Amino acid sequence: MTGAPLIEVEDLRIDLDDGSRRVAAVEGISFRIDRGETFGLVGESGCGKSITALALIGLLRQPLSIGGGAIRFEGREIQQLSAGRQRELRGNRIAMIFQEPMTALNPVSPVGRQIAEMFVLHKGKSWREANQLAVEALASVRVPAPERRVKDYPHQLSGGMRQRVMIAIALACGPDLLIADEPTTALDVTVQAEIIELMRNLCAERGTAILMISHDLGLVANVCRRVAVMYAGRIVEERGSADIFRAPSHPYTQGLVASLPRLGSRAALGRTRLKEIAGVVPAITNFPHGCRFNPRCAHATDICRTTVPGTDVLEAGGLVRCHHHA
Amino acid sequence: MKLRANLIIGGALFALAILVGLLAPWLAHTDPVMDANLLNAEEPPSWTWWFGTDDQGRDIYSRVVYGARVSLTVGIVSQLINSVIGVALGLSAGYWGGWWDDVVNGLTNVMLAIPSLIFALAIMAVLGPGLTSLLIALGLTNWSFTCRIARASALSLRSQGYVQAATVLGYGDLRIMTTQLLPNMLGPIVVIGTLGMGSAVLSEAALSFLGLGVRPPFPSWGSMLSDARDQITTAPWLSVFPGLAIFLTVLGLNLLGDGLRDILDPQSRSRRT
Repeated sequence: MTGAPLIEVEDLRIDLDDGSRRVAAVEGISFRIDRGETFGLVGESGCGKSITALALIGLLRQPLSIGGGAIRFEGREIQQLSAGRQRELRGNRIAMIFQEPMTALNPVSPVGRQIAEMFVLHKGKSWREANQLAVEALASVRVPAPERRVKDYPHQLSGGMRQRVMIAIALACGPDLLIADEPTTALDVTVQAEIIELMRNLCAERGTAILMISHDLGLVANVCRRVAVMYAGRIVEERGSADIFRAPSHPYTQGLVASLPRLGSRAALGRTRLKEIAGVVPAITNFPHGCRFNPRCAHATDICRTTVPGTDVLEAGGLVRCHHHA
Repeated sequence: MKLRANLIIGGALFALAILVGLLAPWLAHTDPVMDANLLNAEEPPSWTWWFGTDDQGRDIYSRVVYGARVSLTVGIVSQLINSVIGVALGLSAGYWGGWWDDVVNGLTNVMLAIPSLIFALAIMAVLGPGLTSLLIALGLTNWSFTCRIARASALSLRSQGYVQAATVLGYGDLRIMTTQLLPNMLGPIVVIGTLGMGSAVLSEAALSFLGLGVRPPFPSWGSMLSDARDQITTAPWLSVFPGLAIFLTVLGLNLLGDGLRDILDPQSRSRRT
């Protein structure tokens, strides 16, 4: 491969068409992920992070569609590929795991078969070989007694086990990119830590890049080297994950970081209230002009209400989209 | 445990009917067609003639036993054709949606609007009487209900996490339909199939009664009823026994369908696990 990044998103816009009009659910999204890199996309519900992920694997369905910009995988534009070519990428080169391990597995099929199917589908293995590989894949996600577990149905497994199976399925074909959409939201905190650890180690071993999507800034910063924060359909700040806690630049990110309880702080001890961001997220059909954060921003001035801020490069490294960034 | 009783009685009746059909040559006392003897005409049921004899002296018991073959063949084969057509159309329509869904929906509505027996009659009129045309006629006219169910299931299953996960993992449409959707809708499809078999047995009887079924002198339950019409007051056994055979088979299939519905219902299934 050449020097092209693994995946590169440039000025992506996703339109929502409700029949009478089109609105941009997401716009001006640009980021790149290199081979083996870990990248996080953080934002609250409805900010467009999940549909951005769906766009990456070419799975936007009506009423959503790509309205502009480009997504390049190894330098090739995904939208230019035929449907068949796109399908070859999915599961094989780009895999995805989901929020709900309860519903993401087929209830009437043994888990081993669901893993084996990936080898049959993408690697052209016979079912015999594939079943053997499925046992190995299950062992690699540290499921005990894998040769017996492959015959289990999803309802016989716990949530954590199911998510392990999902990871085994996703990583079966050795993809270059793993998209993890809220992979641990439905799990207990202790199980969450184990699953994250497992996912991170497996991907590091195999050189698989991770795009992690979550509303949990702490979790994402823990897993990913770089983090992009989304607000109302735009990326407002992109930083190294240590920097984002140490010196957040965008007022929204500052608000997010200030709202997290810290061990040993006065807030965590219950002596002061945690900071909150006043106001609510604007509706998608009713985004404010200019900077979309301006109605909730303490630093907002006239220019914020009229002009969309451009993306500035920070001296400390990183990008921010604010007229008055620190 | 009403649920179990359904299943056991229904299954037993259906199994019995199949067994009788399979073992007909050994169970029958006489050849159902050739052993006509006018000296024995219209004998009432007795130890020699279990179910009595007809106006040509043929043993009704043997004819009922052989008749099971026709009725069950028609019931099973025609319903299989119906299920395959219904699932193929309904599943693809529900999954793909769009213009194909409109086409299938229109077709289903047309099929539902025409009484299926009348439609089958029309097909029989074109193809002529006989077992094969009976299978075709009944196999092409009763798929609309299966199709509706398959379509509705596909619509709701399509948005399930595992179906979306399969798309994300690079499954093709056909693979998604066969490995993800079909196994998950099999329960209701099987139930409807069993119930449909019962109604196919009845339709066969009706068409044979109208003289469009299996050609005489080979026996089928419907044609036996049809022949017995004139003698229903003088020789009631001629209509009672084939009628009873139809009744028990259809009852068995309906009970079986009911019982299967109880155990295949997703809600009761989740109660078990």
